[in-house]
Amino acid sequence: MYQFLFRRLILLIPVILGITFITFALARILPGDPCYAVIGEKATVEQCNAFREREGLNDPIIVQFVRYLGDVAQGNFGESLKDRRPVAQIMLERLPMTLEVTIGAMLFSSIFGILLGVISAVRRNTAVDVFTMIGANIGVSMPVFWLGLMLAYIFAIFFKDTPFWIPPSGRLSSGISIPPLAETYQLQNLHGLWGAIVTFASNTVTFNALITGNYEVLRDALWHLILPCVAVGTIPLSIIARITRSSLLEVFGLDYIRTARAKGLRERAVIFRHAMRNAMLPIVTILGLSVGGLMSGAVLTETVFSLPGVGTRLVTAILSRDYAVVQAFTVVIALIFVFINLIVDLSYVFLDPRVRLQ
Amino acid sequence: MSSTATSIQLEPIKGVVSRTPLENALRRFIRHRSAQVGIIILGFLTFVAVFASALAPYDPIKPLRDVKRRSPPCIHVLGCPADQPQHFFGIDSNQRDLLSRIIYGSRLSLEIGIVTVSFAILIGTALGAFGGFTGGWTDNIIMRVMDVLLAFPSLLLSIAIVAVLGPGLINALIAIAFVSIPIYARTVRASVLQVKEQDFVSASRALGASPLGILAGHVLPNAITPLIVQASLGIASAILSAAALSFLGLGAAPPTPEWGLMLGEERNSVFNAPHLVFIPGIAIMLTVLAFNLIGDGLRDALDPRLVNVS
Repeated sequence: MYQFLFRRLILLIPVILGITFITFALARILPGDPCYAVIGEKATVEQCNAFREREGLNDPIIVQFVRYLGDVAQGNFGESLKDRRPVAQIMLERLPMTLEVTIGAMLFSSIFGILLGVISAVRRNTAVDVFTMIGANIGVSMPVFWLGLMLAYIFAIFFKDTPFWIPPSGRLSSGISIPPLAETYQLQNLHGLWGAIVTFASNTVTFNALITGNYEVLRDALWHLILPCVAVGTIPLSIIARITRSSLLEVFGLDYIRTARAKGLRERAVIFRHAMRNAMLPIVTILGLSVGGLMSGAVLTETVFSLPGVGTRLVTAILSRDYAVVQAFTVVIALIFVFINLIVDLSYVFLDPRVRLQ
Repeated sequence: MSSTATSIQLEPIKGVVSRTPLENALRRFIRHRSAQVGIIILGFLTFVAVFASALAPYDPIKPLRDVKRRSPPCIHVLGCPADQPQHFFGIDSNQRDLLSRIIYGSRLSLEIGIVTVSFAILIGTALGAFGGFTGGWTDNIIMRVMDVLLAFPSLLLSIAIVAVLGPGLINALIAIAFVSIPIYARTVRASVLQVKEQDFVSASRALGASPLGILAGHVLPNAITPLIVQASLGIASAILSAAALSFLGLGAAPPTPEWGLMLGEERNSVFNAPHLVFIPGIAIMLTVLAFNLIGDGLRDALDPRLVNVS
């Protein structure tokens, strides 16, 4: 088991190096001289030479890469050209929103996806099954942002003045706000990593509201999260439902399931205690892989629901050629994706005894 | 021995028709219900795309005169006054006939899907075949690079690439194609490894066939099955990604009749003219659905082992 964990961690190193290298290299092939981009079009040759020297742009490329690697490890992502602020700061403001949507969508898609998959498998070839699978096919084919817009229309206009009304945009209702955690717990003098963690937790509004017991804000924040999460979660939900159904059907044909049924176990126990355990491996794998789609989806839907997350900022950064921001967001999201898939792989240890006994 | 062999005449058994594996796969594909739906939708879309200029009632780009912006659909049989011109899907924010734009958009969407996937298949096949054939460190390097590319959420990597190349439809397509290379490289490499050591390949090598000849004659025909399936599903996701990039303003530039861009432009009309958002989205969904269904059908048809699973 430890060997498995160790091997998995070792395999992570080239992937992380590769990811940082690609984002680093993308910045290098950016057309235009970075000097003119930073100082301005009127920069003189002397100014540019001084700039290149100061920023280390004259060093060999490998030295620059190692320096970039060190910066990333320390959370130093340079400065945004547009805001004249450290990108790390922008990240601490923007990332929590995107992660809230991603996690919410993940919960939505896995709970309902597995449920629908189980129902489909148990009621195989009935109307419920056919209907669910048609729905799943349509679900994977929808553009996320379109679904978001449609949900916003249905719940904000169609259900206006009914209890089903759900806010179509924003993170919190106007007039509702939450004090930063640093203020609540007198932590203003924390700096560096701990300060960053507190800021991050504080900007994660749902988390902040939950631990400070501010249930009014929590309810409002969750209420605003419903539509984005449903929109983002629909594609993974469809995929998970299909995978759950097919892997359950595969397991249902095996001898031990027949044995379980033959010894008179209730059907529910057969499905959840026996069949699901073996069907769980492919489901968890798909869950991990769909995190990439979830995060891309969150980035896309933020523009629809005007949420202050990574996506909205990323688009403005691209349109204003603020590459430090694009680079930082890309590398961080890719690393989160890799990290989540590591967790998925590690969960095999608990799901599959064969891995544990290796 | 040979004389007896030629003298035996096999009588075809009544009711049993002998078919090649290809014929069998084709029959399975045509009988596959979701493939049927997919083919019908795709056929319709292709028809619309090919005859776009004849089918579209108006110019997709030039604004019309005497029409109100964002007016709802006007269809005579559904009670729209007969003295008004018909606009089946209504008018968009720039006074253009939405139906005409949707019709021209089908052309663009199909092109986007096919062009990006062909490009990705070409490069992916070359890389995968080269890696799988040569093995050793070249293979190792190619596959590790592919692994790293797969470690990015794909849409995000294409966004980053567009950030470097600059917004625009062509750049968006390059980004999407580039991001999907690893899937094809992996698929082809897996087939190459499977086939490489088999006797018929060793035999043709012994007969003096060149590596390229072996590749074209033996390896690629065996890799074609998974590639076709992957390509169909790949077109679906390429169309979705292109629409997403255009929606964000990073792909096609106005006034191109691209469905994703149309959605993005009309994003703020959703509350007072929802049809302007609803219809382009349905168009994207149908196109993507068609390729997904065909991909599913192809997979079931070409891989007989899977027939009884789902």
